[in-house]
Formats: sequence, C-alpha cells, structure tokens
Amino acid sequence: MSMITMKNVYYQYPLEKEQVLKNINLSIEKGKVYGLVGHNDAGKTTLCNVIRGFIPSFYRGKLTGEIELDGKTIQEYSMGDLATRIGYSFQNPFTQISGVKETVFEEIAYGLENLGTAPEVIGEKVRELIAMFKLDALQEKNPFELSGGQKQRVALAAIIALDPEVIVIDEPTSQLDPQGTEEIFKIIDLMKKKGKTIILVEHKIDLIAAYVDEVIVMSQGEIKMIGKTSEVFTNKEVLTYGGQLPQVALLSLALQNAGITMPTIPITLVEAQQAIEKILSREV
Amino acid sequence: MTFLQLKDVSFTYPNGFQAVQHINMQFDLGESVAIIGQNGAGKTTTVKLMNALLKPTSGEVLINGENTSKFTTAQVSKKVGYVFQNPDDQIFHSDIYSEIAFGPKNQKLSASEVKEKALHAAELCGLTKWLEEHPYNLPYAMRKFITIAAVIAMDTDIIILDEPTAGQDRHATKLLVDLINHLTAQGKTVITITHDMEFVANHFNRVIVMAEKQVLRDANAREVFWDHELLGKSHLKQPYISQLAYSLNLNEPIITLDEMVSAIKRRINS
Repeated sequence: MSMITMKNVYYQYPLEKEQVLKNINLSIEKGKVYGLVGHNDAGKTTLCNVIRGFIPSFYRGKLTGEIELDGKTIQEYSMGDLATRIGYSFQNPFTQISGVKETVFEEIAYGLENLGTAPEVIGEKVRELIAMFKLDALQEKNPFELSGGQKQRVALAAIIALDPEVIVIDEPTSQLDPQGTEEIFKIIDLMKKKGKTIILVEHKIDLIAAYVDEVIVMSQGEIKMIGKTSEVFTNKEVLTYGGQLPQVALLSLALQNAGITMPTIPITLVEAQQAIEKILSREV
Repeated sequence: MTFLQLKDVSFTYPNGFQAVQHINMQFDLGESVAIIGQNGAGKTTTVKLMNALLKPTSGEVLINGENTSKFTTAQVSKKVGYVFQNPDDQIFHSDIYSEIAFGPKNQKLSASEVKEKALHAAELCGLTKWLEEHPYNLPYAMRKFITIAAVIAMDTDIIILDEPTAGQDRHATKLLVDLINHLTAQGKTVITITHDMEFVANHFNRVIVMAEKQVLRDANAREVFWDHELLGKSHLKQPYISQLAYSLNLNEPIITLDEMVSAIKRRINS
C-alpha cells in the first residue's frame, strides 16, 4: 500500500531561476525503509521538505504536481496534522534543538507536551526513549552542552517521541562515530519492525546497503534510479550520477578489472565474504 | 622540527566538566594528521586548545616553542586556523565572497592581497561560481566548504578541519583530499577530525586515537586499524575492507581496496 505518492512534481525556490525538483514520480510503500542517496545538492533535502509539507507552507516558491499522503492529497491536511503524521529529523541537529529546554529529558518531552499528552505518559515515553538511545548519562545535561553526535541522537529521539507514521531522517549519523552510527541504524530497524515508513537520507552507503529495502538515487533534481537495494547497488550506473556504491561492490568492480569475476556482486560484508571464499576455494 | 606542541594539557569547562586530561601531541610543519575517536572523546576540545579558543586549565600549548598563553586568541588565530564542526557557527556574511575575504581583510592586508587570497581559497574549495550567492543558498555540505575556504584564505601555518567529511559526497571527499595535499605541499600542517574510517585508511599515514579524554595511540593508520584491543577500547571500527580481510582470515593487515585486490590476486595465482 502506498503511503506517499508523488506525480509529476516540480519545485522552484522563490527568486531562483531553475527548478530544484524535476518530474518527481514516486510511490513510497507503507512499512518500508527507503534510502535516499545522491551527490551534494542533488535535491534530497528539498524532496524531504516537500514530503513533510514544509514546501510550500514554509518555503514558498512554485510547487506543481500531485502529492498524496495515505490516500488524501497533502492540501487536505493541516500543517499540524502533517507534523504529527510525518516526523522529520533535521540534517543539522543544532537547528532542531528547541533552545527553550534546560535538559535533554525535557527536550525529548517537549513535542509531547505541546500535544497535550498526560505528564505520566510523557515521563514513561521519555524514559523509554532515553534507554533506547542510550542517553541515560546525558539526560540532565543542557542540550547545548552536548557534542554534535550526542545532539544528533537527542534530535532523533525527540522526533520518535511523537510516534509519527512516517519518519523522514536527513543524515542522522553525519556527526556520529562508527558505533553511534550503528546504534542509530539499529533504532531505524526497530522503527521498521514497528511498521513505520522511513525515508533516510544518508551518505554512509555501506550501512544503507545493509539496512534499507529500497534505494532512490537522485541527481540534479531528478530521480535517476529507484528499486530494490540489491538491484540499485549492484549497478555501476549509480556512479555516473555522482552517487557511491558500497565498498564491497566497488571491490567486486576492481576485481573484475583485474580479471577476477565474482559470481554475484555483493553489497554487504557477509555477501562479499561468501563470494570471495568461493573464488579462493576455486568453486567458480 | 616540532611546530605545534601540546604538553600535558588538561582542560576543565567552567561548569566543572573535565573534557581532556594530560594530552601530549606534537606536529611538524607540512604534516597531515587525522584525529579519530568516539563522540565525546575530547577531540574538538583538544583542537580548540590548539588555536587558543580555549586555554588549558593545566599544561602548555606551544607554537614554535612559544607558550600560547602569552598571546591573545586573535594573535594565535593568525597561526592556527580552525574550521568549526558546524558551518553555521562560523558563517555570518550575506555573500560567499565576503565570508571568505573576512579573514584576510582583518589581517589588514592590501585590497589586492585580500582579493587574491580569497579567490585562491574559493577556487581550491570549488566555490568560484557561487561567490555572489548568499551562503545559506548552498546546502549544508557545501556551506562547510565556505568555512574551509574562509580559513584557508587566512593563510595560517596550521589548519584544523573538524569533521569535514560529515555528509559529503564522493566528489566533495575527493576535493577535500586534493585540498589537504595541496596545503601540506605548501608546508602547512593539516589536522583533520573525522569519523570516516575509510577516509582515514585511504588518505592518512599518521593517526591519533583519542578515547575518554586522553590520547590512546599516535601511530600509522595500518597499525591503528589492526590493533583490535585499541579499537575495542576506543569503540572504533576497522574500515570495511579490513573487516572483510579479517573475516576471510587473510592474515594481512589490509586497509585499502587496492591491497585487497592484490591479496586476492596473489592467492588465486599461487
């Protein structure tokens, strides 16, 4: 079932001469995780802003085409409805931290307070999230005292607190260390198991390859490729659009250039290990 | 010859939080060094001590043998340029050219020198065609390059890049590598904080590992990425290619794709 549908969507920012989104046609299925990838400036964040209705409510400009959320056109929703159904975690966590709360605990509770949730429910939910995001040691700290990576975890926890059906996450791990990054991906996986629809903008291709169902490749405002992760990331066309392939897929291309062909192009470490073991044991 | 030295430096924030303890580091001119470590390990605090944005609670920071405590932050900033982790902490002009030219202008250079330095820095950072744009018209990843250009334009001996690879695509990462090579070839020292292990494995020789407020290791990338005890202690991971080599039991400390290709070739041909 389609959660978000876009038909012939074009968008131009105010005062700009060129369209930043061109001919976007897309169907986001309920309960799936999508990796949105592409070069800097490809239009990924702009597309996210359209999905969450921030374009055209906040950024004006010229938006054409049809956008539907859960079977209704996006115009039929109020901004408040959209905000509770679609959670959006900013690329830059420094932008998202409210600035009005003194502690991490309160920051995560802020959205729920605004929705008028009962205090005891808020407390329970926030404690659950603090455990999930491993923020125990930071919960009494001022959000502005946190490091970039810590802020990033708080920002995502604050969004998940609102329990939205669709979660749009713009580079949740850009400032996180490798371990913190994997923890975020595990949380994303958990959200998927809860039936959430997730759109993830991310440059860490190797992790995307291991976690997402579908990949959308954008370049210069257009969707160039869309399909199953195993199909998109085994296609070197991704590179021509300024995108990147997983390390192990690049390895298989490099081996091919050296005259060694893998039985299939791997996209994860486990697949690569199996393929290379076969080559080395001369099964292929 | 050591140009920048941190001698037993500790720092405690005014709220009582001790961010780094007994840090010892030294850097020569013309070196490129990566600093890696978990979030909260003290990396950013350490580099802020280098350019005197923070002053050590104890210990000394020496530039060219002179203790920086004798100088103002403004004076030190002529020697050590720092590109903030968050570009939006640094940007405050309404067009990209002015943002980049601000540093050299403040150094009281002649108008022609200011222009030359700013344009050169913009070119190195791939920003030439956007000079008249408002910085916020460029996406986050590219705003980072505006701040890098602004620091390069100041022509400091040391340039610190705090997580320049965050959110960057393949081309931007390549641009960054070229930029670091260009700067070190000019005799400048570039210190890069990053969480991107592939980037470190492919482009750095010297790597400093920080964990829990201290320096755990200062060694070459291969040594660091094959010391499992060290990686465990510092909560870091091997680059993907090394992980693969490890799981295949290749018994070679591989850290790059090319090394992996050669290792497999050798095994097939043997």
